[in-house]
Amino acid sequence: MKRLKALAATAASVPITLFGLVLVTFLIGRVMPIDPVLAIVGDRAPADVVAAVRLELGLDEPLYVQFWIYLGKLAIGDLGRSVMTSHTVWEDIKRFFPATMELATVAILFASCIGVPLGVLAAVRQGTKVDHTIRVVCLAGHSLPIFVLALLSLLVFYATLHWAPGPGRQDIMFDEQVPAVTNFLTVDALLARDWDVLRDAVAHLIQPAAVLAYFAMAFIARMTRAFMLDALAGEYVITARAKGLSAARVIWKHAFGNIAVRLITIMALTYAGLLEGAVVTETVFSWPGLGQYLTVSLLNADMNAVLGATLVVGVTYLAFNMLADLLYKLLDPRVS
Amino acid sequence: MSATSPTGAGADPSLRDPSLRDPSWRDWLLSDTPASRSQAAWGARYRLWCDFRANTLAMGGLIVIVLMVSAALIAPLVVPYDPAMQDLTNRLARPSALHWFGTDELGRDLFSRILMGGRVTLGMVVAVVVLVAPLGLAVGCIAGYYGGVADRVLMRVTDVFLAFPRLILALAFVAAIKPGITSAIFAIVLTAWPPYARLARAETLSLRNTDFIAAVRLTGASSARIVLRHIVPLCLGSLVVRVTLDMSSIILTAASLGFLGMGAQPPSPEWGAMIATARRFILDQWWVPTIPGIAIFLVSLAFNLLGDGLRDVLDPKQR
Repeated sequence: MKRLKALAATAASVPITLFGLVLVTFLIGRVMPIDPVLAIVGDRAPADVVAAVRLELGLDEPLYVQFWIYLGKLAIGDLGRSVMTSHTVWEDIKRFFPATMELATVAILFASCIGVPLGVLAAVRQGTKVDHTIRVVCLAGHSLPIFVLALLSLLVFYATLHWAPGPGRQDIMFDEQVPAVTNFLTVDALLARDWDVLRDAVAHLIQPAAVLAYFAMAFIARMTRAFMLDALAGEYVITARAKGLSAARVIWKHAFGNIAVRLITIMALTYAGLLEGAVVTETVFSWPGLGQYLTVSLLNADMNAVLGATLVVGVTYLAFNMLADLLYKLLDPRVS
Repeated sequence: MSATSPTGAGADPSLRDPSLRDPSWRDWLLSDTPASRSQAAWGARYRLWCDFRANTLAMGGLIVIVLMVSAALIAPLVVPYDPAMQDLTNRLARPSALHWFGTDELGRDLFSRILMGGRVTLGMVVAVVVLVAPLGLAVGCIAGYYGGVADRVLMRVTDVFLAFPRLILALAFVAAIKPGITSAIFAIVLTAWPPYARLARAETLSLRNTDFIAAVRLTGASSARIVLRHIVPLCLGSLVVRVTLDMSSIILTAASLGFLGMGAQPPSPEWGAMIATARRFILDQWWVPTIPGIAIFLVSLAFNLLGDGLRDVLDPKQR
């Protein structure tokens, strides 16, 4: 019963935060110096056309009425039209967002598979050379700008060693060869059973995903180490050791079992954080995802696209945070 | 902690045993029976410093930061070339005795630009911290001390700002005003304050119902006085740690904004913007974009190391 209450409290805070999110995006769109009317009709349009479009967009109304109109449009998924691509922003997002999610998903898988064992290892060998090395590797992940690592990895693995196929999401010869079902290129290739496309997509995916994963890995390993140190100092671990259980059993079953839920929460949070890293990574790797869409729209002052993408990223981020919160409350029996 | 803790005793026994040598400023600092408040306070600070000094990595970070700050301060006096001076006959030169880090695509000396860029980065960091720490502290202390409606409203607002990924909100905000250093600073402030507010609120909540605050209140102190004179000073320790650990993320955000063309604008020698203009040379003249990258990395690593060290000393429970 208590747990249900906690869940309800989390759920209740979502609409308020969501409302704030929309309000902030709306306000950012309204303070900007670019006239949305001129962006549509161009600066040579006759005055009566400008006035007509202004009326049509509702820009003559007071701010709160405009916000109401904006909310109404949002409710039916209308984010306006992108000046740059001349598609609706919603269509663009449906096309670009899966690419970002694909990148982030592979990155979080890499990061968890490497980061968690590293963190456990560092905690078990606390104070040794192994621990210090892992710590420095993680600190570097917190200190290196992601675009520098991305550029350097292009220099080394693409230009010098020729291991990676370089920027982009697929080779141009495979362009539009498989039907877009999910817009996750790897999944679409699998569905179409086109192995060449799949191989090409995976090859293109690995490098940006690995760059992105490094930063997530640094955070996950650091948190795992901290949690694990905490757990290993627990009295139940001393008891388990005193009973003569093997080291592996004590570490993985007793100590790790107790931090697993907290780690899942951390992974959900990191997943959300990857959306941010994706913006920069996508720019360097010309990855046609939401991040690149956002930066290109920014440079072209395409405000509908910027606000739409910001809102979608914000909502996804919020969803992951809530998910982390819910998972923690659902899975951990210690939370009352 | 005992008074004779890790103060690096030498081989000479007279150094180890205070009774064998003349009383010095160190004995005064480490005295177990301080005669005045200031002696006790300085003694406590000295012990913290001794703890901190034992952490080699953190000391390394501190040294790098001190070097960088002094380099940034004296940069205009020591740079070998004018960072804006172009020399088109000597474009993209390799590092040499004349140009220590080589030259960029307009023949400008990279070493001079890196030094001057340090001023830009440092200036942005200082501006952000000066704005963000008081803002977060004020919001957090007010929410925590007054509670009720104020608390709920302020924390909701905090949640909304936490709900955006930092860089993306900053990007949208800068795009809405005008790309440049000033907007970048405000955008980073706008995205950086919520964690400070949460921290200050948590500290305030734990202090609010303590006996000494009740005692101050009984003497008739106003709420403002209690918050400003008694609660804020006690929040400062964890705030300083948080700020130092946050520095590297501020530096990275500023550099990312510059890299994406939304922060400092060329020809400003900001490191992120320098990488953005030089990234097309990564395959052939790799040092041109790499050197500013190393600069960002070193400074932000130094702040991380320093922050870790400070946290261990000032805030051992967060370790």
